[in-house]
Amino acid sequence: MKIQKRTFALLFYFVVLIVPIYWMLNMSLRSNADIMSSFSLYPSNITFENYIKVFTDPTWYSGYINAMIYVSLNTVMSLAFALPAAYAFSRFKFLGDGQMFFWLLTNRMAPPAVFLLPYFQLYSTVNLIDTHIAVALAHCLFNVPLAVWILEGFMSGIPKEIDETAFIDGYSFPRFFFTLFIPLIRAGVGVTAFFCFMFSWVELLFARTLTVTEAKPIVATMTRTISATGLDWGLLAANGILTIVPGALVIWFVRNHLAKGFALGRV
Amino acid sequence: MEKWADNKAWFLVLPVFVVVAFSAIIPLMTVVNYSIQDIFGPGNAVFVGTEWFKQMLTDTRLHDALGRQFIFSGLVLLIEIPLGILIALAMPKKGWGASASLVTLAIPLLIPWNVIGTIWIIFTRPDIGLFGVGINSLNLLDVPFDHTARPSYAWATLMAMEVWHWTPLVALLCYAGLRAIPEAYFQAAKIDGASSWAVFHYIQLPKMRGVLTIAILLRWMDSFLIYAEPFALTGGGPGNSTTFLSIYLVKLATGQFDLGPAAAFSLIYFLIVLLFCFIFYQALLNVGKGEKTS
Repeated sequence: MKIQKRTFALLFYFVVLIVPIYWMLNMSLRSNADIMSSFSLYPSNITFENYIKVFTDPTWYSGYINAMIYVSLNTVMSLAFALPAAYAFSRFKFLGDGQMFFWLLTNRMAPPAVFLLPYFQLYSTVNLIDTHIAVALAHCLFNVPLAVWILEGFMSGIPKEIDETAFIDGYSFPRFFFTLFIPLIRAGVGVTAFFCFMFSWVELLFARTLTVTEAKPIVATMTRTISATGLDWGLLAANGILTIVPGALVIWFVRNHLAKGFALGRV
Repeated sequence: MEKWADNKAWFLVLPVFVVVAFSAIIPLMTVVNYSIQDIFGPGNAVFVGTEWFKQMLTDTRLHDALGRQFIFSGLVLLIEIPLGILIALAMPKKGWGASASLVTLAIPLLIPWNVIGTIWIIFTRPDIGLFGVGINSLNLLDVPFDHTARPSYAWATLMAMEVWHWTPLVALLCYAGLRAIPEAYFQAAKIDGASSWAVFHYIQLPKMRGVLTIAILLRWMDSFLIYAEPFALTGGGPGNSTTFLSIYLVKLATGQFDLGPAAAFSLIYFLIVLLFCFIFYQALLNVGKGEKTS
């Protein structure tokens, strides 16, 4: 009986979690005139016109392509930079290691609003405004420290004797690192990639500031539409639903590692 | 684990140092530069010393924003932490139910932050939103619900959105902490005839200490930096009632182009965050120590 009450409460919570998303889905399947004229709990005249518009109008669908490009770039960059550094932090004692680790952590906590103006100036100076690489690089500010943090946790779980044995067997450092060590922590690499993807995908402030047209991501396109033209709720909702899709796909792929990644408590 | 002492490890850290320094140190120095000068245009700046700092420290709007920020972050912790623990306790331990719960919980975390705002606008609007239309049809409120109409409504909507968005993170962290408890503990408790409250108080809660510390500090820090969700939902209004630190800072910097005061504000803001960050780091280190000795 007790178990059932508990399950019921949990189900209720999940319904509350899903209802706002369902409501957006409902809106996205109705035309704007229909939304404004009648209130309905479900779409009675299902129309895909909002989605068709998103997929045929380049000002909309390019936003998704741009976002995917810089998010992927950022994930690859964060991992490439963070892997050797995390190895250093987990294996070596060196001058200023504690301070360096703390400094990295402060950047994960830095208010993005503080860096807004200097970023615009800095990236203008090096002629990177409105490029994918600029946003990817800016997102490194919080994703690289995060990646170092998560990877260090996974690497410290691997006994140091493995490294020693490999070096005695005559492995060079790069060969050991890429052919032995990284495969050992591949779950950790997957979890790290997941979090880098997530934080780069959901970020708005830098992405909006550093792009104009060529690399403008969908999240920025959506805010500009709110302020500029009159509101087309159906179209906005369709875009919102489509921004959830990549995240949902990624969650599905890492679902078995999700709890383990959180278990390290290094989000 | 005893670590090797070798300063050559710096070569491995160097790429990270360079890329983060490019993204953090240069911009921070630019902010410092702004904060002590009055800039009229390119190449036309006057050194003003600590004037902007004095101005910002006595700025009542900044004080108000800071006060709102503390109330907001405090409320976030008070609601999300207990709720997250309850959800984690109720979640199934294995089978398809566990996978389904995990995936459902993770969905709000992967929605772009301003889309979260859009979702809640659509959900709570008095003309088209399920919540807005629903609550107004009940006729419980003296003034019809509209999140742009009254500060109390804006706050309620914002808190509902924040709890909806981030409680899953707390729940996932707690769930991970609970899963790490060996089954033998529960069997022993069962043999002793312990009540479920005793199991929670003496086994589950102490074992969740580490993840709970992280959850509390993460939620505190991240709610302190909140920007996109209130920006999309209320734009800081009505009036200034939901203008938090980041929103005020962006208004000051890009809306009014008060570079000097905005830079001084940035540095004050950054120092506050840095202080919390230091406490966070110390707490984390001590959590690790506590687990090793017990």
